[in-house]
Amino acid sequence: MKARKPLSLLLAAALLAAVFCGCGNSTTTSTGSAADTGTADSTDGASEQTETVLTGEPTYGGEIVVGIAQDLDDSLDPHSMTAAGTREVLFNVFEGLVKPDTDGNLIPAVASSYVIAETGDTFTFTLREGVKFHDGSTVTVGDIVYSISRAAGLDTGEPLISALSVIDSVTAADDSTVVITTSEPYIELLAYLTAAIIPEGSDPAEDMIGTGPFVFVSRVAQDSIVLEKFDDYWGEGAYLDKVTYKIMEDSTSLIMSLQSGAIDLCAHLTASQAAELSGFTIYEGTMNLVQALYLNNASGPLADVRVRQAICYAIDSQEIMDFVSDGMGVAIGTAMIAAFGKYTVDGLEDTYAADTEKAKELLTEAGYPDGFELEITVPSNYQFHIDTAEVMVEQLSRVGINATIKLVEWATWLSDVYADRNYEATVVGFDASALTASALLARYVSTSSKNTFNFSSEAYDAAYAAAEAATDEAEQTELYKECETILAEEAASAYVQDPCDLVAMNSELAGYEFYPLYAMDMSKVYYVG
Amino acid sequence: MKKRPNYNLILGCIIAGLTVGMIIVGIFWTPYEPTAMSGGEKLDAPSLRHLLGTDNFGRDIFSRVLEGARSTMLIAAAVVAIGASVGTVVGAFTGYFGGRVDAVLMRFNDMLAAFPSILLALVLISLLGSGKTNVIIALGILFIPSYARIVRAEFARQAELDYVKSARLMGAGHLRIMFVHILPNAAPVLLSSIAIGFNNAVLAEASMSYLSIGVQPPDASLGRMLSDSQTYLLSAPWYAIGTGAAIVLLILGFGLISEGLGDSRRA
Repeated sequence: MKARKPLSLLLAAALLAAVFCGCGNSTTTSTGSAADTGTADSTDGASEQTETVLTGEPTYGGEIVVGIAQDLDDSLDPHSMTAAGTREVLFNVFEGLVKPDTDGNLIPAVASSYVIAETGDTFTFTLREGVKFHDGSTVTVGDIVYSISRAAGLDTGEPLISALSVIDSVTAADDSTVVITTSEPYIELLAYLTAAIIPEGSDPAEDMIGTGPFVFVSRVAQDSIVLEKFDDYWGEGAYLDKVTYKIMEDSTSLIMSLQSGAIDLCAHLTASQAAELSGFTIYEGTMNLVQALYLNNASGPLADVRVRQAICYAIDSQEIMDFVSDGMGVAIGTAMIAAFGKYTVDGLEDTYAADTEKAKELLTEAGYPDGFELEITVPSNYQFHIDTAEVMVEQLSRVGINATIKLVEWATWLSDVYADRNYEATVVGFDASALTASALLARYVSTSSKNTFNFSSEAYDAAYAAAEAATDEAEQTELYKECETILAEEAASAYVQDPCDLVAMNSELAGYEFYPLYAMDMSKVYYVG
Repeated sequence: MKKRPNYNLILGCIIAGLTVGMIIVGIFWTPYEPTAMSGGEKLDAPSLRHLLGTDNFGRDIFSRVLEGARSTMLIAAAVVAIGASVGTVVGAFTGYFGGRVDAVLMRFNDMLAAFPSILLALVLISLLGSGKTNVIIALGILFIPSYARIVRAEFARQAELDYVKSARLMGAGHLRIMFVHILPNAAPVLLSSIAIGFNNAVLAEASMSYLSIGVQPPDASLGRMLSDSQTYLLSAPWYAIGTGAAIVLLILGFGLISEGLGDSRRA
């Protein structure tokens, strides 16, 4: 008996160590998704994996299993769903008057064409002929008026999609024309008219009927969701007959299921997760997140623009990407995601090319020759941001800034950092909720309630206000670019990267495409013949 | 009859001596700077250059294990010091005097012991805020009840023994009897529970850091490293194994000592 005790102790200890390793929670499934693979050019380490995209004839038919990290438990109503994970699945089921394409442009969907009046407050849509709902009925102007009115809350006074609250009226001019008017010029409204078109009088939370390339078949809570191909789709239909989403909240078991072949496709993998896989086609895109060392512009030394610039010079985006994601990801220099090609200001990412000497000079100039203490608050559930912060601590120490990391719960982060602005610096990613630049830039306006960074610049406020009121798209784009440039020059924060987003796919499959929004388009995926 | 050597105690002392010795060496010298990153050496397998390989930042795992073991052990030692000293005082008074104070304090003790310790630690941490010092305070408080219970039982038993009665007849004061007469006799029990308590503290600290409320990155901590390593379980198993083995060694030594002390008491 006595002799056995040390052994059992050893076993217990070994077991404990094993349990520690085993019970990991999934950390990296955050926000954001797709992007233009072409822009991600700095992929030395990963290219061997990403090159193996098959070329071959697409074939129709077949079914696949897709692993997703969370159930669709917020709402199945396409007008009130908010969770990114829900949006990416229902992207296949519902469509709006317009829908995004892979470059971030808005292309006509249920509408075949549209005209925006020069005043910027009247939108005229022509209904596409022969668009069918999943229940077989044809889409009429009545359905459109009902859907937009419902989403904009015209009857209830409470918009389900808040950006649509500017809508004054939705009327059917004739059997194939719908006119939407707004209370003030707002040409960006178009980006929000991706709102789902549903049959008149229906409640989508009850029976989910849309016009998309896939029909919603069933959902078992916490287990799976099944979609089937819609044969009467107006456009180019899907290749696959059936898509089953399998919910796997634990990232370790997700990887195991992929490896065992139980799952054919999984998105939002990190570089380290993808490195664990073999025999898969890996697609590389970006997450559509603006990841940065966000600085509280009102806190101590950070109130001095020279100090913020010094921090920007100290942070080396490429080195961070090399460490945390094998060099994948796209370096950014302002609050704009890589996939919004239209709004990209060339060269901004090089405004503060890593330069230790320059950083030290600026610090000396600002009166901090020996650096200072900086506390970086990081939400503990995002390993990716924690890793990034660890590299930053190292980089900041090179210019004499003594940075420390403070891990907090996500809920604490939301209340202390995001809402109360009680922090010095933080590493997170912000994403765009719609295909507009304002979705990313609005929070930097000095009076914005979402201005977590306490950023304040009169030039910025003026440029942003002018952009919002613009009625010409080209002029608006220029003004937004001016905003982006001001953010870079003022060093509002130390912008790092739009992190890479990896999709692992069964090597018999091909065709996956990234979107600049949270969307997983299953209609383009096919088995190679 | 020839007395059998106390293998548990000997082996325990050797292992504990080795680990503590390495940790002490680690204070003055580690093969590499524990926080120095190296892009070219990410997740290298164990070699002569890096005894336990490198982690995802190219940092030397062996150096980090040494540093991590040090902070883990210091925290554990501080936790046990708080728990054992306060616990002993509480246990001594309640055990020696008994009566109403005993009943009240022990029910309070039961209350504290009724909650799962990790949960209670989380509650305390959320009140105090995260960080090393607060983890020590939180765990220290949690460790008081078990010591108080053990010491109380021992004092209650010893208080009835003849030597205590004699001391009392000779006119010794209560404090003197408690801490000069009884305490040394309760030492074997106390020591072995300190050794096992140290183990519990090591594991508790590792759990805290694993849940990212203990030692903050980039400082090394065994629990934190274990939690980081799980992402690379398949591609770089040495990361988890090296760190896990360090925890096992650390607690095995003290576990054996505790066991050995128990043996010698029973013999």
